[in-house]
Amino acid sequence: MSLVELKINGEVVKVEKGTTILNAAKEINVNIPTLCHHADLEPWAACGMCIVKLENSSKTVRACATPVEEGMSIITHDPELHGVRKTVLELILSTHPNECLTCGRNQHCELQTIACEFGVREQPYEKRLRDLPIDKSTPSIVLEPEKCISCGRCVLVCQGLQNVWALEFLFRGENTRIAPAGDDVLNDSPCIKCGQCSAHCPVGAIYEKDETRKLLDAIQDKNLHVTVQVAPSVRVAIGEAFGLEPGTVVTGKLYAALRRLGIDAVFDTNFGADLTIMEEGTEFVQRLTEGAGVLPQITSCCPAWTDYMEKYYPDMIPNFSTAKSPMMMQGAMTKTYYAEKMGFEARQIYSAAIMPCTAKKYEITRDENMYSSGVQDVDVVLTTRELARLIKSSGIDFLNLPDEPADSPIGAYSGAGTIFGNTGGVMEAALRTAYNLVTGTELKDVEIHQVRGLDGIKEGVIDIDGTKVKVAVAHGMANVGAVLDKVRMAAEKGEDPPYHFIEVMACRGGCIAGGGQPYFTTDEVRQKRMEGIYKDDKMSEVRCSYQNPEIQILYKDFLGSPMSSKSHKLLHTTYTPRPLHRL
Amino acid sequence: MNPEKFILVCNGAECRNPGAEEIYNNLRHECSIHNADDVQVIRTGCLGFCAHGPVVKTLPDETLYAGVTPEDAAEIVENHIINGKKVERLLYNKNESKQNVKVDNADFYQKQFRIVLRNCGIIDPENIEEYIARDGYAALEKVVFDMNPDDIIAELKSAGLRGRGGAGFPTWMKWNFTKQVESDEKFVVCNADEGDPGAYMDRGTLEGDPHSILEAMTIAGYCIGAKKGYIYIRAEYPLAIERLQKGMEDSRALGLLGDNILGSDFSFDIEIRLGAGAFVCGEETALIASIEGERGMPKPRPPFPSVKGVWGKPTLINNVETWANIPVIITRGGEWFSKIGTEDSRGTKVFALTGKIRNSGLVEVPMGTTLREIVYDIGGGIPGDKAFKAVQTGGPSGGVIPAEYLDTPIDYIHLKELGSIMGSGGMIIMDEDDCMVDVAKFYLGFSVDESCGKCSPCRIGGRTLYNILEKITTGNGELEDIEKLKTIGKAMQTASLCGLGQTAPNPILSTLKYFEDEYLAHIKNHRCPSKKCKELISFHILADKCVGCTICAKNCPVNVIDGAVREVHTIDQSGCIKCGKCFEVCKFNAVFIK
Repeated sequence: MSLVELKINGEVVKVEKGTTILNAAKEINVNIPTLCHHADLEPWAACGMCIVKLENSSKTVRACATPVEEGMSIITHDPELHGVRKTVLELILSTHPNECLTCGRNQHCELQTIACEFGVREQPYEKRLRDLPIDKSTPSIVLEPEKCISCGRCVLVCQGLQNVWALEFLFRGENTRIAPAGDDVLNDSPCIKCGQCSAHCPVGAIYEKDETRKLLDAIQDKNLHVTVQVAPSVRVAIGEAFGLEPGTVVTGKLYAALRRLGIDAVFDTNFGADLTIMEEGTEFVQRLTEGAGVLPQITSCCPAWTDYMEKYYPDMIPNFSTAKSPMMMQGAMTKTYYAEKMGFEARQIYSAAIMPCTAKKYEITRDENMYSSGVQDVDVVLTTRELARLIKSSGIDFLNLPDEPADSPIGAYSGAGTIFGNTGGVMEAALRTAYNLVTGTELKDVEIHQVRGLDGIKEGVIDIDGTKVKVAVAHGMANVGAVLDKVRMAAEKGEDPPYHFIEVMACRGGCIAGGGQPYFTTDEVRQKRMEGIYKDDKMSEVRCSYQNPEIQILYKDFLGSPMSSKSHKLLHTTYTPRPLHRL
Repeated sequence: MNPEKFILVCNGAECRNPGAEEIYNNLRHECSIHNADDVQVIRTGCLGFCAHGPVVKTLPDETLYAGVTPEDAAEIVENHIINGKKVERLLYNKNESKQNVKVDNADFYQKQFRIVLRNCGIIDPENIEEYIARDGYAALEKVVFDMNPDDIIAELKSAGLRGRGGAGFPTWMKWNFTKQVESDEKFVVCNADEGDPGAYMDRGTLEGDPHSILEAMTIAGYCIGAKKGYIYIRAEYPLAIERLQKGMEDSRALGLLGDNILGSDFSFDIEIRLGAGAFVCGEETALIASIEGERGMPKPRPPFPSVKGVWGKPTLINNVETWANIPVIITRGGEWFSKIGTEDSRGTKVFALTGKIRNSGLVEVPMGTTLREIVYDIGGGIPGDKAFKAVQTGGPSGGVIPAEYLDTPIDYIHLKELGSIMGSGGMIIMDEDDCMVDVAKFYLGFSVDESCGKCSPCRIGGRTLYNILEKITTGNGELEDIEKLKTIGKAMQTASLCGLGQTAPNPILSTLKYFEDEYLAHIKNHRCPSKKCKELISFHILADKCVGCTICAKNCPVNVIDGAVREVHTIDQSGCIKCGKCFEVCKFNAVFIK
């Protein structure tokens, strides 16, 4: 990469060619305000806040969208720009409800922060609000268009990063707003509930459906035995809500906090992940070595991905692993195995799940297989963001909690279970076990680096006892198409499939950057959370799912063997094509 | 028998609606009755003389008939064509003396210089041979066989042509940028998304001389290495679309478009893309999005279209008028072209002259012509000899220029200095009856309606400005509103993403600059000096002038005028909707506006 030299506010900066002015300024710790730009997205240049001056030119340019040029001299801040920015900000505020106290983004709102920094003290311009209905149609996400500042991030996320095309700009001029095409409600649109729109929204116009009250009511109900499970990626992200660095592993404090909330038994979805590997890994080995089912096998842990597949790639249903997601397996085991052990009826247990994900709220009722215990296997899903609020409002001093263990018999986990939170993690975990299933021996080095990292599509070949297993990992829904189209094309030509095993996660980076995780996720944050997850794996006593002692007991005492008929009833599911638009 | 006499029937929009087609048919019918085999009746593009249409012109004696009706056909053929006696009552003459005026000597045409409109009103736009007969496709032949791409760019450079779409970017540079970018595919685009209120220069050109655009685009394809062109034209221009389509078919049939043009190995073809009438789609990045089937919203530049345009490929976009100049520059040379106009702005400019002007129409003048020449010499001055107040150039993106600058030569630099812009060529004349606050509100209202809604300064600022103007024109303005107009206007100019938002405040800022007193009269005195703003005026009947004829009462749509026959009438102010009907119909000047 060639370097470009330029001046920003008189200071000489050298940056890579193609860097935007906004990013070049960051290099010298100059922060140019913006409300629409996000590091994950192509510049959209909508808000008008990031304008900067080019010296010797009467023109202003948008720092977010303008690449640096050799010899440029840029002024990022001066009284005139300050004035223009403040006017633009006041204009935006004149069409925003400014109901900060009752807003889901209070204290995390980018508009609020900038308004505070600019010291906006009055409302100079005519207030114009739009009386638009709130869309609560999905179980996952709420759309509150009145708060929307038309920054465009959600549309770029939905169409660009995720290739879902649920959200679109409707109408023109001041009537412009974001909504599903045709002004449908979100639940009738192609929306896959991934929640990336809510994670990228700078204000409170799109947010997770808050269900903390449901959990509190269950805790209050003395007739209910309340259990909880915590997803792998929550432990490396929730600390951010309490001022910790992204990637800080806070598993023990998390368990402790959940107990302080009044929850009766604290389990870990990582156990469910180990169980998933036992089932999905066995299923894969059966497909690979016995021809039982088609290849490539495709992972099914991500409910947003499952929804996407049912809408956009229904022809791939036979390729889908029938294994339920770790959360649903954990829920099923809670209300059958655990209930049996404890002498509860399934209906006496209220099972909650703490997830990085808004689609998980949808998954728990997605079809009748989610009621395998006879009642709903998972009763409520709270996102990381909701739990953080609940902990704070319950007076729990999170940082000073002791580290506590999870409860038996479905709380222990292996390193393979924890890496489910990262892109490539399911694949790596599955291969660790598949190797053992095929060879009967233990993998010497369990770390499979080919499938790690933030590249949108990762391919690798793993030698299992002479069989070259070709795998692909895609994350960020928009990256899936290229992989699956390759599979489709090979099938059309009658060629061997290009892969044996494909892992897909809807969100870039995997669950660690899910739609329900703490705000302000960028690749830098993703990287740190991923490192946290791998650290947790490294520190685990056992690193392969089949080595998890509680898993071994579960099979011995309850399930029999992987892919047994009991497993099929409780741990496997089915898929069905769904229309993109519900009429 | 070869025709010796020609009757040209203007087929521009202003002439077509009042009966040009019927006039054409009647003229042909009359000619056949008289067995006038040596006479050819031709439908032409716009003659430009729109205020006096339908217009008919005869050749070779160059007689201009104005205000012709279908019933006049018999008289024109019998008296003029057969018997050589001109139909005096139809001759155009502004002084109403029955003296014949040769077409080129008519005031309206005398100061004009027609390059872009060279064929408009002269040839049958649907007949390719007529275009070819006037040097049409000679430029294409010249470039394909005698010029390499660099020669073409050198010619454009020496011509000094600047883009006529509004911004005035040097055309040769645009071509050169696009030529220099390496790519397997490139595109040429004609921006025919003309949308300024009152502007119809491009429509006139496309309807009157479609081949000039097709030829120019093909030349550009040859120059930059493109094989495909798009004409992005609004669907509201059906005749232009029809003529372009016919033109494309005819030129393909003659090997002037399509594969192996003129037998060479150069191939180029054109496709028409219809716009849905969004003004913002005239902005090049929004236009590209629209061609691609996306929502018409501007994108940040860079990347410029010359690098990343239609389908992500290098794309050369020029406006209709720019294209129309190209063949002439090639055939007559850049040096010839560069001698027309001013140092800053070479060549001519077409304006759609409308508003309070006698000879409204399409005019083409050399750059540097003064506003006064256009308004008074070409335009014939203000009807009713009222006082000229201002001219709006550049449509909703431009500003107003007051009377004291009437002698300003029109070119890019001078208009900019005055706070307006050249724009695409709308020129609207305003007289003493026009309220400048109302004018600003009208233009801003257009921009607000046409904002795509992408960037916040334009989306929110535009509406906020509009509502402040609404406040002022209804007598509710406050002094601090002036400051707000300026503050928001500046923020929009500085922080809007595209030209629409950046220029939308211009009508306000320029009227504030030259007519701040009118704003203050509205705000401080609750008075509209031009008596235009309804909320600030009231209609009254003067007792000493009213004769009690009852005509006002009969015409009042809300029946609020009382009075018996031959008695003084009165208007009940509480019910008056200020439609102005009484003022209009009173023959005794008894109604006055306060």
